[in-house]
Amino acid sequence: MTLALQWQPIRVIAGKEFRDRIRSRWVLAVSLVFTVFTLAISYFGAVSQGTVGFQGIEPLIASLVSLSIYLLPLIALILGFDALVGERERGTLNLLLSYPISRAELLLGKYLGLALAMTCSTLAGFGLAGLVVVIKLPMADWFQYAGFMVSAVLLGWVFLSLAVAASAFCASRTAASGAAIAIWFFFVLVYDLLLLGVLVLSGGSALGALFPVLLMLNPADIFRILNIFGPADLHTLFGLLSVFPAGLADPLLLGSIMLLWVAAPLGLAAWRFKP
Amino acid sequence: MIELSGVSKAFGPVQALQDVDLSVRQGELFGLIGHNGAGKSTLFQIMLGLLRADSGHIRIHGQTVDDKRFRPIRRRLGYLPENVVLYDNLSGLETLRFFARLKGFDPAQSPALLEQVGLQEAGARKVRGYSKGMRQRLGFAQALLGEPDILFLDEPTNGLDPEGIRAFYQTLSALRERGMTVVITSHILAEIQQRVDRLAMLKNGRIESMGSLDALRQGRNSPAWIVLTAQPGAMAALAPSVARLAGCEPAIDGSRLSFPCARDDKMRLLRDLSGLAAHILDIQVREASLEELFLGHVE
Repeated sequence: MTLALQWQPIRVIAGKEFRDRIRSRWVLAVSLVFTVFTLAISYFGAVSQGTVGFQGIEPLIASLVSLSIYLLPLIALILGFDALVGERERGTLNLLLSYPISRAELLLGKYLGLALAMTCSTLAGFGLAGLVVVIKLPMADWFQYAGFMVSAVLLGWVFLSLAVAASAFCASRTAASGAAIAIWFFFVLVYDLLLLGVLVLSGGSALGALFPVLLMLNPADIFRILNIFGPADLHTLFGLLSVFPAGLADPLLLGSIMLLWVAAPLGLAAWRFKP
Repeated sequence: MIELSGVSKAFGPVQALQDVDLSVRQGELFGLIGHNGAGKSTLFQIMLGLLRADSGHIRIHGQTVDDKRFRPIRRRLGYLPENVVLYDNLSGLETLRFFARLKGFDPAQSPALLEQVGLQEAGARKVRGYSKGMRQRLGFAQALLGEPDILFLDEPTNGLDPEGIRAFYQTLSALRERGMTVVITSHILAEIQQRVDRLAMLKNGRIESMGSLDALRQGRNSPAWIVLTAQPGAMAALAPSVARLAGCEPAIDGSRLSFPCARDDKMRLLRDLSGLAAHILDIQVREASLEELFLGHVE
């Protein structure tokens, strides 16, 4: 596959994908979901401790991280699972490819358009809630909340990339939706349980120095780490991550690994999506 | 203009195309016919670079189709797939604008194209509300974006009503006058037999015969049919004389009688029949239709 990509067809495809999501009110609906959940969490997040109301930025982010780890990957996977296989199944793929556009450009255009929709929803949803909740807080808290939003965008991009890869590898929309669900189960539910299981069974000695590396193999864990390091109070809220070495918790390093997680599935998808 | 040499393609154990050689000249209307599964769509997709051939060469305007230098050529091609599917959530006008941008042309040409295919009134309506014929016309307009110099039309009159079919061929005729090259497939052979310059008959992935309709008739030595209408009360006298001249028993249907005649014997027979003019009300000579040639070829 040639790497000489042209921007014009990528822009046209991305623009169509984005406009489709705006017109179908997908962006609006997801933004509202994020706003409502953020507001609800900020007010009712500490209800188990017998209190309601805003409890501070750290508990808010901790709650939002827990929520986002389930919600963002799910939304991104639903958004992207039929990006390519849907075109193939509907019968529009061959028509598109008869135009002056390469398969790599089509793939990238699809991804960028969907990623833009995902980004708008995430920023609008969390941003709107942030305006209500964080407005009276000190600037440092603002930065922390903005950091959370950026990491949430990255998490969405990663799972969208995984969804597009599933779409390139599967022969039907049904198979792609199954693959998307499997990806969600694996990274969101199964992976950490497996790690914890090995740790517990070995009395904490089995994985040793490998443990932080294994955490990097799960983008959901990277998202957690990105958000818990910094405020010391948050360490205690995440049992598994309290054993993560602080030296590896550089946001730039973790952000770069997230970007690798975006690029790798897209690269695989491009390889698979050859004629 | 379009050249294929030694093109083969297999899908697993199924040999879809075998050693296909083909050339389409500039300005030609070239028909591709064959039964279902003969390899027409595969050949179309290979010519457009949508499928990669296992072997052989495909060149359009002198450029190999799977070469990256083929991209500018794509801007000069138009393609209407069989049973075209477009985006239901877009209007007709938005559909054309999207594809115009994708092709790198000014989307401002879209309203004129909608008018050309008779969809100007429906341009603002969503495609999901279009009938099959309207979708087909929109697909045709899509293929015409950027005034391509080669059109690939796969079953272009599917779903069109008779008026739509006539309008389609009128448009095609006007485009040909401007020098456009057209490669077309159709199951309605009567529709294309008078319109194609040349055609290729595909069978099991091979080109069985190729040429103008007349050349195909000659190549197959298919007989012409002579149909006589007898004067009232003259059938009894006419039939034995015709049988003697034609060397076969004619089929009789009311006042009409018909018999096959070898192409190179046609003029001699017509001259001889002039001697029976007193018994004959009308004479028609009918050449083998494309459908008859095709059915003979399939069998």
